[in-house]
Amino acid sequence: MSALNDLTIGAAAKGLEDGDFSSQELTAAHIEAMNAAQDLNAFITETPDIALSRAKDSDARRAGGTTTGPMDGIPIAVKDLFCTEGVLTTAGSHILDGFTPSYESTVTQNLRKAGAVMLGKTNLDEFAMGSANVTSYYEPVKSPWKGKGGKDLVPGGSSGGSAAAVAARIALAATGTDTGGSIRQPASFTGIVGMKPTYGRCSRWGIVAFASSLDQAGPLTRTVEDAAIMLGVMAGHDAKDSTSAPIDVPDFTADLKGGVRGLKVGIPNEYTLDGMPAEIDALWNQGRNWLESQGAECVEVSLPHTKYALPAYYIVAPAEASSNLARYDGVRYGLRVDGDSLDEMYEATRGEGFGEEVRRRVLIGTYVLSAGYYDAYYIKAQRVRTLIADDFRKAFEDVDVLLTPTAPSAAFAIGEKMDDPVAMYLNDVFTVPASMAGLPAISVPAGLDKDGLPLGLHLIAKPFDEETLFRTAHALEEAAGFDARPRGAS
Amino acid sequence: MNYIIEGETGDWEVVIGLEVHAQITSQAKLFSGAATAFGAGPNTQVSLVDAAMPGMLPVINEFCVRQAVKTGLGLKAQINKHSVFERKNYFYADLPQGYQISQYAEPIVGEGTVVLDMPDGSTREIGIERLHMEQDAGKSLHDQDPTRSLIDLNRSGVALMEIVSKPDLRTPEEAGLYVRKLRSILRYLETCDGNMEEGSMRADVNVSVRPVGSDELRTRTETKNVNSVRFIMQVIEHEAARQVDAYDEGQEVVQETRQFDAAQGETRTMRSKEFAHDYRYFPDPDLLAVELTDDEIADFSKSLPELPDDKKQRFINDLGLTAYDAGVLVVDKETAEYFEIAARDHDVKTAANWVTGNLFGALNKAGLAITDSPVSAQALGELLGLMADDTISGRIAKDVFEEMFETGKSAKEIVKDKGLEQITDIGEIEDAVEAVIAGNPDQVADFRGGNEKAIGWFVGQVMKATGGKANPKLVNELLRKKLA
Repeated sequence: MSALNDLTIGAAAKGLEDGDFSSQELTAAHIEAMNAAQDLNAFITETPDIALSRAKDSDARRAGGTTTGPMDGIPIAVKDLFCTEGVLTTAGSHILDGFTPSYESTVTQNLRKAGAVMLGKTNLDEFAMGSANVTSYYEPVKSPWKGKGGKDLVPGGSSGGSAAAVAARIALAATGTDTGGSIRQPASFTGIVGMKPTYGRCSRWGIVAFASSLDQAGPLTRTVEDAAIMLGVMAGHDAKDSTSAPIDVPDFTADLKGGVRGLKVGIPNEYTLDGMPAEIDALWNQGRNWLESQGAECVEVSLPHTKYALPAYYIVAPAEASSNLARYDGVRYGLRVDGDSLDEMYEATRGEGFGEEVRRRVLIGTYVLSAGYYDAYYIKAQRVRTLIADDFRKAFEDVDVLLTPTAPSAAFAIGEKMDDPVAMYLNDVFTVPASMAGLPAISVPAGLDKDGLPLGLHLIAKPFDEETLFRTAHALEEAAGFDARPRGAS
Repeated sequence: MNYIIEGETGDWEVVIGLEVHAQITSQAKLFSGAATAFGAGPNTQVSLVDAAMPGMLPVINEFCVRQAVKTGLGLKAQINKHSVFERKNYFYADLPQGYQISQYAEPIVGEGTVVLDMPDGSTREIGIERLHMEQDAGKSLHDQDPTRSLIDLNRSGVALMEIVSKPDLRTPEEAGLYVRKLRSILRYLETCDGNMEEGSMRADVNVSVRPVGSDELRTRTETKNVNSVRFIMQVIEHEAARQVDAYDEGQEVVQETRQFDAAQGETRTMRSKEFAHDYRYFPDPDLLAVELTDDEIADFSKSLPELPDDKKQRFINDLGLTAYDAGVLVVDKETAEYFEIAARDHDVKTAANWVTGNLFGALNKAGLAITDSPVSAQALGELLGLMADDTISGRIAKDVFEEMFETGKSAKEIVKDKGLEQITDIGEIEDAVEAVIAGNPDQVADFRGGNEKAIGWFVGQVMKATGGKANPKLVNELLRKKLA
């Protein structure tokens, strides 16, 4: 592990600019770290050749006196849910066997245009369905953090490979996607920053769809500033995605260090869970004190429909997924398992191609959309969603940003909660409400639990007010001074 | 128009509703930029979206929305300012997404009306229930390979309008008139080419029967994808008779989807109710609702052409045509345009007769559409002009027209080349009249004996002697004078 692996995007950009090192050197150091950390299983496809070639291009640009901005020459990892031109794209599923897109997702294209160097495609829960990165066809990802007695821990999910790669200093940053917490929860579990922008801020074009009305791409980084830099590159209106917002992308770093003096921070009463470790409550209080000591005013707010968010999410997301995943039918690409009739081919292909969790959600989704159940489940869940959004809207009449814990626990061991889907789903209990309302949110590493494992604090802001979100997150980050790192990355 | 089926247990009438799927005239598909031309090689007009590649998203083609609104306005229908695309979920090999994007609970067009011109000159209003936009599926080819079915996705994603009638139709003929009228309106609007042979228009035919005098709606069957007016009428005849037989035998009619076997002229069960798909409709989260403003709708409204009903009324009121002639002339926009050009500055009734008589006859015989007519509207107008100013007679005009149709030459050219100008010189005609009288004393005696009708024979003889060029009016006058 070299010092190059420990840089922030900001510091690396400066080093490149000052000629302290080249992008090829920076990239080579990260490829070396990738090679050294094979046991984490963070990547499904490693692309060292592509990385070195793009690094070389970046160096050539710089030598010629031009750069493409703060991400030029920065080695990053890409969640294997983003379609990447000419590079295997699996979504962590057997059913996409051998699928190599002829196209590049808008978000990764934006990063490519900005000169970012792709190290590889990171492991994830199958079709981004999971909170522990244990549902991947390509086997679980191990967190670089170890539990008591050296136990292997989950990195969280679904962006578990991306989180592990960033935490283990294999990549300076990584892309993730967040449907109900898939960026923020793994960030919390691995002691890094994970940010989900406002729904519509990033284009969904070219991202394998899980739940269309909830999916958003976002950055996983080691600092809030890096998240602000990277989101600035990823975001932007895209005519190819009707749900992408036709609004300009501000410079998210401009007011990053502006402080929180005079800011009103809401502390929602409802963000607690029976049996939640006391240290999470304590950290939450600590976060409140950190912000208050910097001049913010913290007030308690009520979001009364919070408890309905998770059940409603587990109706809406599977419903959309059941339809979005219908295209994986063995006819045009990916896995095909032959059968004696079309129906048998479908059954064989989808039965073999989808893992247990994906099959469970497709079945739930099909059920809640069925004649006779649609009104009782899907329509009602959509109403709940409206109520949740209204809760937030009312709260934001009084406050600028909300502070909550990111997850109800620290990372757990691989294999735990595997036989209890509901216990697994509870991982996202604090992240799902913002997803249901389409709001921007971020997890900032803030402390350690009694076993020395990272815990994150979670901020939620108004639609398209990522600037306030980043500014508050930066203040929290400064105060927390989180500098713990996983073994092997020290 | 009555269509009563005499069953063993009494008389029955038929209740018919049609769901017409009309391909929206558009260069690009409903949610992708791929082309829509008919007859292209398999899978050559398929975008990543049409093939449902992972991560692909639909983007609405605004032009298709405009076309649907125009059609709604043409059907005098309610335009819904807010409409929603939903997903209709089912698996089939030629449905790449595993769902069809279609409007369901909130269509873009609501209730409207189509006016049928009945053969007796009366009109009958048929209600439109709704019009919604949807995408077409691809095509499965089962006869290209001994063991496999092949898929052509060229049609996948092509924009369709589904136009649903109310169950207002009562006879096979009415259903035929309805489809023809609908096609005529769509062609006027240029929102669908109405080409049933190329699959641009096809209908699902809903049929039920009930005892005459009853106003109940009994169980109906739906026969899918019928692609000609004749077949639609056959489906209704067959289904109505089959259902009456069933009731007569004490059986029930089963609600089901049927298909039409054109070779046998009968319908067959395709899918019964218990095997009906549960389509699990829900709003497509990849698309925003379609929102229209009053200004936009007003703007679309201004761009509408004169439609057949209005045109017909104008032909009757302003031009003095009979309802029948006007009705025939407005069916096709091209015919109406042809007529209006040919009739400009001429007697409209003569023009109407020439278009519906001589021109239609010649086109039919040659198997040509009016747009491919060798005699242009301007050329026919010139011919009408030559008749109007007595340059040629009506009889000569028929010959001239035939030659025009065959050679493409102008009327003036033909008349000049063949010296067909009418003889209006009285002296010349007088000579011919006198020669005929002198040469036929028996007929002269007959006429003078009181057989007035014999005058026609004399006219014929004079015309023959002058090669048909004598002005018939002058011939008549002179004959009467000389024979008196």
